[in-house]
Amino acid sequence: MYIIVIGGGQSGYYIARTLLKSSHEVVVIEHDFLRSAVISEQLGNIVVRGDGCEATTLEDIGTSRADLLIAVTGDDEDNLVACQVAKHRFNVPRTIARLKNPRHQGLFKKLGVDVTVSSTNLILADIKKELPDNPLCSLLSIKGGSLEVVNVIIPPDSTVAGKQLGELDLPRESVICMIVSKGGGTQIPHDDIVLAAEDEIVAITTSENEIALQNALIGNHKREGK
Amino acid sequence: MKVIIMGCGRVGGRLATLLDGEGNKVVIIDQNSYSFRWLPSSFKGIAQVGNGLDEETLKKAGIETADVFVSTTQGDNRNVMAAQIAKHVFNVPRVVSRIYDPIREEMYSTLGIETISPTKVGADILQKLIED
Repeated sequence: MYIIVIGGGQSGYYIARTLLKSSHEVVVIEHDFLRSAVISEQLGNIVVRGDGCEATTLEDIGTSRADLLIAVTGDDEDNLVACQVAKHRFNVPRTIARLKNPRHQGLFKKLGVDVTVSSTNLILADIKKELPDNPLCSLLSIKGGSLEVVNVIIPPDSTVAGKQLGELDLPRESVICMIVSKGGGTQIPHDDIVLAAEDEIVAITTSENEIALQNALIGNHKREGK
Repeated sequence: MKVIIMGCGRVGGRLATLLDGEGNKVVIIDQNSYSFRWLPSSFKGIAQVGNGLDEETLKKAGIETADVFVSTTQGDNRNVMAAQIAKHVFNVPRVVSRIYDPIREEMYSTLGIETISPTKVGADILQKLIED
């Protein structure tokens, strides 16, 4: 594939390096002289100095034959415009933009950016996973964020421990996909499985039902540290 | 008419002053309060410090009931992004954006944003002046 990366910061550099390793044709557009020199030195002659939102720059590197454009500058507005110019002027079939402000996610989708990656949301999700007070954590959003794949760890003192899966009152549109026991073994869920403390449950739910699912799966338990 | 202007530079500030003088309700937003020096002391509208790409800031400025949104910051990309938020998120009836780059200006005008490129207009006027 021919892939264009807009922005040669840390993200742009590592994306380009990974893509090159998988034998893709890659061009990085970076406006800063020093940054472009650093990348050229490390990855070879794949950097074009310029503004990735500028149609003439994109024209020069043959954007109309690109399969994918990835915009990872530090500014949301620049990433949006780079993707829109690629899409509307050069008919690039797929565009990916990085977001600083997670609130812009819906807007970017609406304006035709195919995929958005919010660094802020990723960091938040990682931190949430590490908080003891948070037995439910979101692993993945699907269908544009309307469905979530979540992971719930049954707390040690939960009333759910010892119950059968079939006894639980799960909210609508929530499906248990897999149960991972404390020892690491995986089980396909069925009604007769008996849940134990510290089992991990992987489930799919809607964003609205997330809390209801969490309550159904952890039962009553004393919260740690309170 | 209720107008929100994003970016209080020479152009934004002057536009705000003109519209305010005609009795319109004007809110002008800028990230830097020092920019409001372009507004005369007689300005009766609201000068609000904030980021025009932030939906909360726009709501506070009253974008949900605005008739017109104009973006006149120094950045073309900020201007078109703000314009698209005004148009597609808040459904402001009239959205106008200043875009220096003529190519970008042309593209966004085909995408339904009312645009003006001072680069194009300025060069055209100068050309006429020289050739007449």
